[in-house]
Amino acid sequence: MSNNVLVVAEAQDGALKKIGFELIGEGKRIADKMGGLVEAVVLGHDVADILGPLGHHGAEKVYVADDPVLANYTAEGYGSVLARLIKETEPTLVLIGATTQGKDLAPRLAARLAVGLASDCTGFEVQDGEFYITRPIYAGKAIATVTQATRPYMATVRPNIFAPPEPDTSHDAAVENIPADIGDIRANVVDMMKEAGERIELTEARIIVSGGRGLKAPENFTLIEELAEVLGAAVGASRAAVDAGWKEHSYQVGQTGKVVTPTLYIACGISGAIQHLAGMKTSKYIVAVNKDPDAPIFKVADYGIVGDLFKVVPVLIEEFKKMKAEG
Amino acid sequence: MNIVICVKQVPDTETKIKVKDGQVDHTETKYVVNPYDEYALEEGLRIKERLEEGKLTLMTIGPERAKDALKSGLAVGADEAIHLVDEAFEGSDPYSTALILSKALEKIDYDIVCCGKQGVDEDHAQVGIILAELLDVPHVSVVTKLEIAEDRKSIVAHREVEGGHEVVEATLPAIITAQKGLNEPRYASIKGIMAVKKKVIPEWNAEEIGVDKDMAGLGAAKMKFTEVTLPPERVGGNVFDDDPVQDAVKVAHLLRDEAKVL
Repeated sequence: MSNNVLVVAEAQDGALKKIGFELIGEGKRIADKMGGLVEAVVLGHDVADILGPLGHHGAEKVYVADDPVLANYTAEGYGSVLARLIKETEPTLVLIGATTQGKDLAPRLAARLAVGLASDCTGFEVQDGEFYITRPIYAGKAIATVTQATRPYMATVRPNIFAPPEPDTSHDAAVENIPADIGDIRANVVDMMKEAGERIELTEARIIVSGGRGLKAPENFTLIEELAEVLGAAVGASRAAVDAGWKEHSYQVGQTGKVVTPTLYIACGISGAIQHLAGMKTSKYIVAVNKDPDAPIFKVADYGIVGDLFKVVPVLIEEFKKMKAEG
Repeated sequence: MNIVICVKQVPDTETKIKVKDGQVDHTETKYVVNPYDEYALEEGLRIKERLEEGKLTLMTIGPERAKDALKSGLAVGADEAIHLVDEAFEGSDPYSTALILSKALEKIDYDIVCCGKQGVDEDHAQVGIILAELLDVPHVSVVTKLEIAEDRKSIVAHREVEGGHEVVEATLPAIITAQKGLNEPRYASIKGIMAVKKKVIPEWNAEEIGVDKDMAGLGAAKMKFTEVTLPPERVGGNVFDDDPVQDAVKVAHLLRDEAKVL
């Protein structure tokens, strides 16, 4: 077994997702402690031109399986190719982003290799050749440290936890092509319904503006969207807003929605139920706007404004616009 | 069509989690059916209703109290329930849990197995997918819409992905894991609850399903917990309660100048 760390770098719409670079950074830190290297693998079609940044962010080698049969992700297909690579290269640790794809792929791949898998991890420690991996449980109400009895160690990693390293364009990774042996595929993507417009992915966003029941009506979400636009932020919603049909489930932040770790989370008209906090309480900064001074959200907000959001949010929008113009 | 639903109990999500001696302390825990498993069960019931035929079997691994999860499933219309119970199963990690389920499933006929996407206790989100690999069948995870093909040989499932929705076609038999939004779970009727009293729930142990000591329980775990701690308490900062307009301006500037996030 080598002391190398293998990062499965995911591509979407012809570009590498940011999580890949976050994992290379953390992977390199771990590999350095183990006396190994960090390597990356990319699966897809027509991906030759997007591999450069992997080396720039620190990968020593990039394995690539570039084939039309890999154009669309399938758990069985990607799992087969990766299982073979892992058996051949014997990394000590495999890191996969805890994206929709990663969370779908990793358990199947781990089962194929008959190894343990730590899901949605937020920290890695190395001690005497063992990994001690931290991950939230009970929707973040507790933190577990886990180890694995099998090799390689495998983990899906929460996005937005590790900062990607500064790229060094003078550092290139060696590229090795690997075969696209996908085996039998019995579950295939037959259609993809893309959302209209560009929407910043909540789990990757630096700033999020969320709306809740306090908005009173679905059309008032335009206030949230305007504020988000000024800040270049993603738009989120509480469970109440989603259950009321004001926003689709993909906007929901919380225990039965998405867990987010932005630098700034602005909650408007959201009371702060435990299940909502479970989705956003590890944000670096939290701002809360609510007219109820007893709303639980104020207990976790760094900056709270007790007031009518219909008065407060327009002022925030104006103020941020002014600040942007000032430069 | 043989539909199997895997369910389990989890602590009520309102529960304050207590940690003692590096482990979660469950002495005062109130258990409920895992919310995602309820979507799986409801979908099974709807498949049966839409096809106007089929048998729905529930399966759970757990101590005696796990029968409550089975009973509530029977009360809403499941036909049968199987309780997988054995001391040897306790402390199983996701892989072992899936292995136990796969061994039990080998003993019955199944066309589709529906699981919740994750247990809201340990949040692994692995069992349903590992189960598919062990049974060598396809899976579709985080399903938000499900249709069975006319010929009953395949399914079409929708799933939420970054930037939109994917439509996936998979051959049967298959495993699906349920995401919130798949359906609205129904409540049991009084009639349904009363009918459960007459139902017999068979118990299958490790030996009966062919699970050896080295396949389940704490000792067989590929992924083990070494410690559980409570996260640092998040302390609130400044709450402004003077004038909404002035407070908004103040906070905007604090975000730029103090927090430096803009």
